[in-house]
Amino acid sequence: MSELIRKDASELSALLQAGDISSVELTQAHLDRIDAVDGKVHAFLHVDHQGAIASARAVDERRSNGDALGPLAGVPLALKDILATKGLPTTVGSRMLEGWIPPYDATVVTKLREAGIVILGKTNMDEFAMGSSTEHSAYGPTHNPWDLERIPGGSGGGSSASLAAFEAPLAIGTDTGGSIRQPAAVTGTVGVKPTYGGVSRYGVVALASSLDQVGPCGRTVLDTALLHSVIAGHDPMDQTSINSPVPAVVEAAKRGDIAGMRIGVVKELGGDGYQSGVRQRFDEAVVVLQSLGAQIVEVSCPSFDFALAAYYLILPSECSSNLAKFDGIRFGLRAGDDGTRSVEQVMSQTRAAGFGDEVIRRIILGTYALSAGYYDAYYGQAQKVRALIAQDFAKAFAQVDVLISPTAPTTAFKIGEKLDDPLAMYLNDIATIPVNLAGIPGMSLPIGLAPEDNLPVGIQIMAPAMADDRLYNVGAALERALLAQWGAPILSSMAGV
Amino acid sequence: MAAISRDDVAHLARLARIDIPESELDHYASQLDAILEAVDKVSGLDTSGVEPMSHPVKMENVFREDIPAPSLNAQQALAGAPAVEDSRFRVPRILDEE
Amino acid sequence: MAEPVIAFDQALKEFDPVLGLEVHVELGTRTKMFCGCSTEFGGEPNTHVCPVCLGLPGSLPALNRIGVESAIRIGLALNCEIATWCRFARKNYFYPDMPKNFQTSQYDEPICFNGYLDVDVDTDEGRKTFRVEIERAHMEEDTGKNTHMGGATGRIHGADYSLVDYNRAGIPLIEIVTKPITGTGKYAPEVAKAYVAALRDILRGLGVSDVKMEQGSLRCDVNLSLRPSPEHELGTRSETKNVNSLRSVERSVRYEVTRQAARLLAGQRVVQETRHWHEDTGVTTSGRSKEQAEDYRYFPEPDLIPIAPSREWVEELRSTLPENPAVRRARLTKTWNISELEMENLINAGVLELVESAVNAGMSPDAARKWYTGELARVANERGVEVEELGVTHVELARIEALIATGALNDKLARQVLEGVIAREGDVDSIIASRGLAVVSDDGPLLEAIVAALAADPEVAEKIASGKVQAAGSVVGAVMKATRGQADAARVRELLFAHLGVSE
Repeated sequence: MSELIRKDASELSALLQAGDISSVELTQAHLDRIDAVDGKVHAFLHVDHQGAIASARAVDERRSNGDALGPLAGVPLALKDILATKGLPTTVGSRMLEGWIPPYDATVVTKLREAGIVILGKTNMDEFAMGSSTEHSAYGPTHNPWDLERIPGGSGGGSSASLAAFEAPLAIGTDTGGSIRQPAAVTGTVGVKPTYGGVSRYGVVALASSLDQVGPCGRTVLDTALLHSVIAGHDPMDQTSINSPVPAVVEAAKRGDIAGMRIGVVKELGGDGYQSGVRQRFDEAVVVLQSLGAQIVEVSCPSFDFALAAYYLILPSECSSNLAKFDGIRFGLRAGDDGTRSVEQVMSQTRAAGFGDEVIRRIILGTYALSAGYYDAYYGQAQKVRALIAQDFAKAFAQVDVLISPTAPTTAFKIGEKLDDPLAMYLNDIATIPVNLAGIPGMSLPIGLAPEDNLPVGIQIMAPAMADDRLYNVGAALERALLAQWGAPILSSMAGV
Repeated sequence: MAAISRDDVAHLARLARIDIPESELDHYASQLDAILEAVDKVSGLDTSGVEPMSHPVKMENVFREDIPAPSLNAQQALAGAPAVEDSRFRVPRILDEE
Repeated sequence: MAEPVIAFDQALKEFDPVLGLEVHVELGTRTKMFCGCSTEFGGEPNTHVCPVCLGLPGSLPALNRIGVESAIRIGLALNCEIATWCRFARKNYFYPDMPKNFQTSQYDEPICFNGYLDVDVDTDEGRKTFRVEIERAHMEEDTGKNTHMGGATGRIHGADYSLVDYNRAGIPLIEIVTKPITGTGKYAPEVAKAYVAALRDILRGLGVSDVKMEQGSLRCDVNLSLRPSPEHELGTRSETKNVNSLRSVERSVRYEVTRQAARLLAGQRVVQETRHWHEDTGVTTSGRSKEQAEDYRYFPEPDLIPIAPSREWVEELRSTLPENPAVRRARLTKTWNISELEMENLINAGVLELVESAVNAGMSPDAARKWYTGELARVANERGVEVEELGVTHVELARIEALIATGALNDKLARQVLEGVIAREGDVDSIIASRGLAVVSDDGPLLEAIVAALAADPEVAEKIASGKVQAAGSVVGAVMKATRGQADAARVRELLFAHLGVSE
């Protein structure tokens, strides 16, 4: 295995800037790694060998010309297949978009390209980002590099697995209810869901518009911050994006000083239903934070008990409308058009053929929740619960600087274990969902392996809206302390693919 | 809240334009029923006097100036379409005009 | 196919009509409501499209400021209240001309509401003002255009397939909805027409739309119901779509009154449905049933931010409103030195704006009025269209008028030139050249024609010579006929008297 692929993006950035390595060399090393292991991991749906090398070469040329380049120029990245890429397939893990090549780039993709970041390919995901295991991908599941029989989390399991398998040093995910943070937790990597509106959603195939957010994934807090600062910022193409300066995340990730900081442990996000090893590692992390000078308090957010229910009304409602455009007319699959059927029949056949079970379940559920007779009881009530959850956060942040909880109730489960039980699957996101409902930022950071299964456990750090920098400050402090304790990064204890 | 029946699923599937085979209606109905029972929990919270939250970040009055931006050309616009004729999207016969 | 009807007067004896009008106006913004694509009419299919208005996966709407400002200005001109806070909502239904399979519209939070518009209608008791109350004016987006292919008719029924062009998709629309209009009695058709005409004038005055009914930038749906008397509850209504001229608004109301009355008198009920207006046959035919309420699953559009027009902004927009039409009329009556009756004639003929632009372009008020209420009104009436739909510009009229002043055209020739202009044969001068319409002022041929006319009717020369100069008319007429109208009549008269050695 090339040593290059094990390095962090920040180290690679230094090597590239010093001229010690070229981006072509670095990109090729990652493509080789993908060729070697992705048959087992299946993190990628599409690998863009030629495009990646061409981008790398362009960056190398610009560097040799003395052009000013951003810190991540020349570093390769894995892109979740939910972001539109001009000239590259974008499937969203669905048969519906098999073979579709968008005529435009998502704003985040434009920013990545402008920063000279090399896109290796598109990563696997639960179909339309609906799921917590990547098993709902129409193109087959992704396997967790820690144990190939286990799930890598979802919906962004491809992105998290690509990091853990050293196929890419950086990745982009999207997070509607935990799709960046839960995969990060179960693969021993770092993932951040920025403040809603902090990163443009333009060109991101929508699941639930008021919950979706694009975010950075990496193997270290600093790498994640570097990527965060590239993709964040106001975009006039997304009118829900916030028009104010990007929080100073890189500085925060370099600082890592939490002395005197008040940190709240959310009472409702832990305890029963959380695996014992998860609870144990979380409690130990709390002790570490305390030892770093933070003041720990328990905070109660009683409405969080209703978050999952509210989420599974709001999300299906919005997605039932967002996914209406997939009708076989302007793009993608068309089924049943034999010349005898009406457009209505062809649309219905197309949608039945193109969508998987989980997508159909959620569309039907959302159609129901928005129906005239049920709107107030379901969608309307869920939006009110949402307001109460946001109020709980506001009250909590009046007392503390950040909140913490385990990221997910369990470590990575076995592929197939929860596939036929949607409700059990939904519970994976029980701790991550409140953050999306309130629109605030959240990070997942590895805090060790659960003793009972030797699988990674993540801590979730939550901050007020537009205080994303606090996540990186706390994350960096904790990461540094844990690394000192462990002596090596968590991924070095992985058996390897 | 009322349980979701096989007929409800069939009706909702029609509204959502998804051709669910007869044989799968019961399966969907039982799964959706279980989910609905779980999400019905929202009705247990007293929300009187609470304003529904439709946007996670409070913002108002965001506009785009009325300045033309480049469009796609017809070839780009039609490239992903399953059927095209005469620079337009070809669709099966439409039963009734909205 | 045509349904039974009874006489309009008969229907009005039995029933009280209640109107409701929904007008959709396409705004004349440069770009679409939610993206930067051009709103220009025409254009090759699918060339004014982008990921947003094609509804491609990942795209997001970005609201056009001018779209919102136009909506507010329309609301203010219609005496509406302007919402202090409102949102867009998604109206969910599947249709191939709607790229996202939901329309971004407004639901229970329209930007403008509770307004009115006063319209004047001639009644048996003289001119009367009817107040039309406006329920709401809200913002939404237009759909693409379907062309139905195959089959015999090119219509939707029997077509084999359809072709969709999304150039129109996403063009800003303002939907203006009236409250039920009661108390019009037999004047329901006139009130409906007067309302749409007045609305059109206001919209044109605001400069927010080109309000061309024939191009679909102003579209009208006419709701009509009947009830036995004003004391009764509202009856079941029909919604007639595709009513795309002022005349059709009036005619379709008249037709629906007679159709619904015939049904009710025959003991049948009126079906709640959309109906299609057929300009050619003057009837409506049954469309989609609306007996079952559609479930549009409206919810607040999460991709767009709420609109909260500050009172300062609203007042700023109010200050941009053009002169109130009534004040303007009084002013023009005075400046043009015409009577109130003459002004009313201009308004009734729907040509006030046209006359004003012609005058602004340098034509005399009298000449402009003469053309618009005379010859152009006659031709328009003959063809059953509005004067403006004839497409004659004031530039063309000014040229014709100038040629009359120099004697190069006479009135009769001018009418023929106008005919050419309406037929789009070219500009005024090229029409005169190609049709050979110049006035004959060469004395030679005129004198020849005079001699011939006198020879054909010898008595007339004696009459003129004996002082009965009015007899000259028949000679001039004969000469005009012989020259197919191209003679200068005044010159013919002069030559005639000179020839006979008589002084006038």
